[in-house]
Amino acid sequence: MRKPQVKNAIIEFRDVEYRINTISSRSILSGISLEVHQGETIALLGRSGSGKTTMLKLINRLRVCTSGSIFVEGHNLLEWDSIRLRRRIGYVIQEVGLFPHLTVEENVSLVPALEKWPAARIKDRFAEVMHLVGMKPEEYAARYPRNLSGGQRQRVGVARALAADPAILLMDEPFGALDPVTRAELQQEFLALARRVSKTIVLVTHDVREALLLGSRVVLLDAGRIMAQAAPREFMRLEQPIARQFIAASELVAGAAQ
Amino acid sequence: MNVWRFFTGHSDEILAATREHLTLVVISMAIAVVIGVPLGMALVSRPRLRAASLAVANIFQTIPSLALFGFLIPLPFIGGIGMRTAIVALVLYALLPILRNTYVGLASVDPAILEAAEAMGMTELQILFQVRLPLATSVILAGIRTATVITIGIATIAAAIGAGGLGTFIFRGVAMVNDAVILAGAIPAALLALLADFLLGLLERRRRVA
Repeated sequence: MRKPQVKNAIIEFRDVEYRINTISSRSILSGISLEVHQGETIALLGRSGSGKTTMLKLINRLRVCTSGSIFVEGHNLLEWDSIRLRRRIGYVIQEVGLFPHLTVEENVSLVPALEKWPAARIKDRFAEVMHLVGMKPEEYAARYPRNLSGGQRQRVGVARALAADPAILLMDEPFGALDPVTRAELQQEFLALARRVSKTIVLVTHDVREALLLGSRVVLLDAGRIMAQAAPREFMRLEQPIARQFIAASELVAGAAQ
Repeated sequence: MNVWRFFTGHSDEILAATREHLTLVVISMAIAVVIGVPLGMALVSRPRLRAASLAVANIFQTIPSLALFGFLIPLPFIGGIGMRTAIVALVLYALLPILRNTYVGLASVDPAILEAAEAMGMTELQILFQVRLPLATSVILAGIRTATVITIGIATIAAAIGAGGLGTFIFRGVAMVNDAVILAGAIPAALLALLADFLLGLLERRRRVA
């Protein structure tokens, strides 16, 4: 039997459509085809309501596509057991995602614990991922999320997503709720981290500069369709009106600064 | 003052009645919690069962307590004169606040947190027991607290069907037109209610998250 041509594609969308229900005519996403390769950082860029978060949620089956198919690690999502799939995919959302009733250590160790790792290995892994995100494990282990700053919460969120060493990391506006200084700081750390862990990352953002800074490829979404995809360097030369709007917005900020 | 005299003169009797009263309340509350909390948990994912059971629990709440005690007496197995009938009635009254708070507490957990739990690959049951339940504990405890205070009050009426407790003094005092005797039942009952409210309130605040 011939394997689908997904040799390098760790995630692949094939003509995917998504509607909230089949009766309503408006589709949230349509005609989506995209290949994501091992080690890439894809920045899904778009305005609010462009469907970028939905696209992310299709990957770990928080949403199920209406038509078309999605492959993860070469297997159609329909063949995947959702629970197994999700435990292999790290997921980071804005700060709300941490469990308020669990300590930092319990939050980070949750998936390894669900996967029934031995206690000693969980403990080691906790220390390891905390170091990765630049936090002292012994200092923060027993704290609750409410006793952390926004930036610290976000780091813990990333540590939690990395804990079970997933091949894929999904991040939905991971730095969206932070002040600009912390945000810039975490973006730089993200770049260093992404190089070190060599994960495949899909990141959602509405900030064009963040997309250009963090993405190895920028995918521009508008009204549920992919309008363009380009490496950050080429993105600035795109001709589509929607791409020009995003570029103009970024230049506006840069211009005002001078 | 003859209230004080009555209290000191009948302290053994009042203490015995208080103990009886507490027994009624503790047994009834234990049964109501054992039924109400799991049922409330079951309601989260079953909208039809939810509407039906909340309606039934509501109906029991609207029946005047003296009437409910009366209705229960002629019933086989659960009825009759005495403690058993009283406990059945008290459980029925305690059920609504427990059931409702359990359901509301579990259902009002932040959807973003539930989605994070789902995205991490937790199963439905793991989400219920490891996320929803701990986050709903203080709301559930608030329901148990309300139910306890109500039960302590209504349990005084249980004396009317021979279940004993502090209500014995109240009914006797009414019959004798003697305030001191009424107060011998009413004051300890009020103190019990305040104490239960205070202690369960402490517990509830300790379990509050964020």
